[in-house]
Amino acid sequence: MVAVLAGVTLAGYFTYRALQENLLYFFSPSQVVAGEAPKRTFRLGGMVVEGSLKREPGTLNVSFLVTDNVHSVPVKYNRVLPNLFREGAGAVVIGRMNDDGEFIGDEVIAKHDENYMPPEVAEALEKGRAAQRE
Amino acid sequence: MIPEFGQLALALALTLALVQGTLPLMGAARGRADWMALARPAAAGQFVFVSIAFGALVYAFLSDDFSVLFVAQHSNSALPVFYKATAAWGGHEGSMLLWIAVLAAWTMAVAAGSRSQPQEFSSRVLGVLGIVSAGVIAFALLTSNPFTRLIPAVADGNDLNPLLQDPGMIFHPPTLYVGYVGMAVPFAFAVAALLTGRLDKNWAKWTRPWTVVAWLFLTAGITMGSWWAYYELGWGGWWFWDPVENSSFMPWLMATALLHSLAVTERRGIFKSWTVLLAIAAFSLSLLGTFLTRAGVMISVHAFASDPTRGLFILGLLALFSGGALTLYAVRANNLEAEGGFKLVSREAFLLANNVLLVIATGVVLLGTLAPLIVEALGLGKISVGPPYFNLMFLLPALPLVALIGVGMHAGWRMMPGDALLRRLRVPAIVAVAFGIALPFVFFGTASVLTVLAVSIALWVALSSLLDPVRRLVFRTGAPLTRGQVGMCLAHFGVGVFMLGATVASAYNFERDFAVRPGDTMEAGGYELLFKGVGSAQGPNFVADEAEIELRADGGLIGVLRPQVRTYRVQTEPMTEAAIDTNMLRDVFVALGEPLGNDAWSLRLRVKPLISLLWLGAGLMALGGLVAITDKRYRVPARQPAPAVAQPAGVS
Repeated sequence: MVAVLAGVTLAGYFTYRALQENLLYFFSPSQVVAGEAPKRTFRLGGMVVEGSLKREPGTLNVSFLVTDNVHSVPVKYNRVLPNLFREGAGAVVIGRMNDDGEFIGDEVIAKHDENYMPPEVAEALEKGRAAQRE
Repeated sequence: MIPEFGQLALALALTLALVQGTLPLMGAARGRADWMALARPAAAGQFVFVSIAFGALVYAFLSDDFSVLFVAQHSNSALPVFYKATAAWGGHEGSMLLWIAVLAAWTMAVAAGSRSQPQEFSSRVLGVLGIVSAGVIAFALLTSNPFTRLIPAVADGNDLNPLLQDPGMIFHPPTLYVGYVGMAVPFAFAVAALLTGRLDKNWAKWTRPWTVVAWLFLTAGITMGSWWAYYELGWGGWWFWDPVENSSFMPWLMATALLHSLAVTERRGIFKSWTVLLAIAAFSLSLLGTFLTRAGVMISVHAFASDPTRGLFILGLLALFSGGALTLYAVRANNLEAEGGFKLVSREAFLLANNVLLVIATGVVLLGTLAPLIVEALGLGKISVGPPYFNLMFLLPALPLVALIGVGMHAGWRMMPGDALLRRLRVPAIVAVAFGIALPFVFFGTASVLTVLAVSIALWVALSSLLDPVRRLVFRTGAPLTRGQVGMCLAHFGVGVFMLGATVASAYNFERDFAVRPGDTMEAGGYELLFKGVGSAQGPNFVADEAEIELRADGGLIGVLRPQVRTYRVQTEPMTEAAIDTNMLRDVFVALGEPLGNDAWSLRLRVKPLISLLWLGAGLMALGGLVAITDKRYRVPARQPAPAVAQPAGVS
């Protein structure tokens, strides 16, 4: 009985640890600028600023700004961008901050409907608007 | 007028479902044969009217009736005709109608196949299915009516999402739904048995073939979905632990546990209450999956537009069906008595281990799927759970589970001397481990401990599954195998094949994004790919940029790959159409990205060794199920009079 309990507790603990290490939290550009974002991998979301998408010609290296209309964060990325990625549209990027305050993306999340706005991005933008009104 | 007929037919189907869900159950409780006799005609009538409703929707699509909102949202006059027909399930409302139609078809099949069972039992089964059907039809009519008119009508429709304009759309959703919705059948059998108070070997024997059929469709449907995602989404992955994938995978895990638990109950008359719980859990997870997919609570490629009333309605149904069944279980389960025991080394013990590990695996997936909802509800922020969690936590129960298959299928019922088992399995075990270590190093040069372990286990299960068939067919010893046993060996062999493919394709996956100019050569896993340039191509309702890439090995041309980026005329977002060169040993996968300036284009390149084995293995599992249900003992005796009058109503 004790052994079973100990086993269950141990299994529960490992599950908790595995979950904890693989949770990806969402942060808006304002939260990142305020220094709330962690060192580890997280998800950054907002609008891609019009005119901010720059590509080193002939390479995969791009940079762009993600904003919640209050603050924006520069993002660097060097893989194939998803089909629906464009300036002025919502985007979620998974990656981490480097020491220069840039967000190095590992993955830009693709959405399959041009009218679809990830709910968390919508909320971040809404908060941004509210902050501006104040 | 046709859409109104459709809606009327659906409303009539609801009334018949209500009849089917009430009178036969009351009749069974009171011993009134005339009320019970209503179950089959009501089921047949419901099937007819649901078919009319479904036909009316398909007709609205085929005739470009853009005065129907759902058609205007999901079709277009230029859409190729067979995508018009399949667009009927290309959105929330239509896919709910498909759900209803599939349930009606299952109900008809059960009505026809249960004639040899006591009327008291079969009318309860049909009654429970009637309640489920009534709930879902009411859901469709009240919150998701596919026949709602659009006034004024539009000249042309918004078109089907280009992603869904693919042959995968024809087969994947219906097949998946047959499996998914089919979980209602073992659920209904379990509830009927609880109501009757007779959970015996017969009950398990009647339930088992239905469960196998639902399971094999679910297996095939999930496999098709995975394959579709692999070649159509353009990312080159085959499983993403997406909430919607999980919501069909969890019922699959439960159904797999249920199949094995039913085997014990049918054979030995034990594990009864456990089997009942699994049947309830499998269907509850199907409903939960419907909730997760349809309520817009999840961020997923599959999520349709969100509407909170829909979510609440489905949660209500879930609470009603699962809660009702569990309450009934709590009241009745103490009457269940085991008819025998078993020893630590026996078929039963291994099947118990199978069940425990499958339930743990389901729990792990469930936790990861629901964690974002729970964390958000607690106000702790917005999170998502990454694939590394699932990969690690799923493998922990899955590896021992698969390893035990190879032992368990050779263990005898009741008890088995451990040394006899060991003697029989020694040789295949040694061979599996030897090749499990050797093969990765010989073919790929390196291997992690996990890879060696997984390949060894995969080979072990495959070899162990072949043991009895080979002994019988080649050496002509041992007892002849029944269809059931052949099916089991085939499905377990499929598990090994699947696991070998999944392991090798993941461990030795070559994956890189390139920026290339015409004339550039990319090197990948022993292949050379010469990028010749990008031209244009035309389809019936799209234009495309099409790249031409020569695939070469050792200087010789193997083939030409032509990946496209399509732009459809109505919904103009670009769509990737990957090009894949397949043989049994590997896939070379290329998806075209975008122009990068200076004549350069981006490309995703993947080389996935043995990935074909993954689909093949999953296909063998489904085929094994198909062979197993042709076993003699499940054949419906032709029109025998039902075995006499049932026991008096109520519980003994």
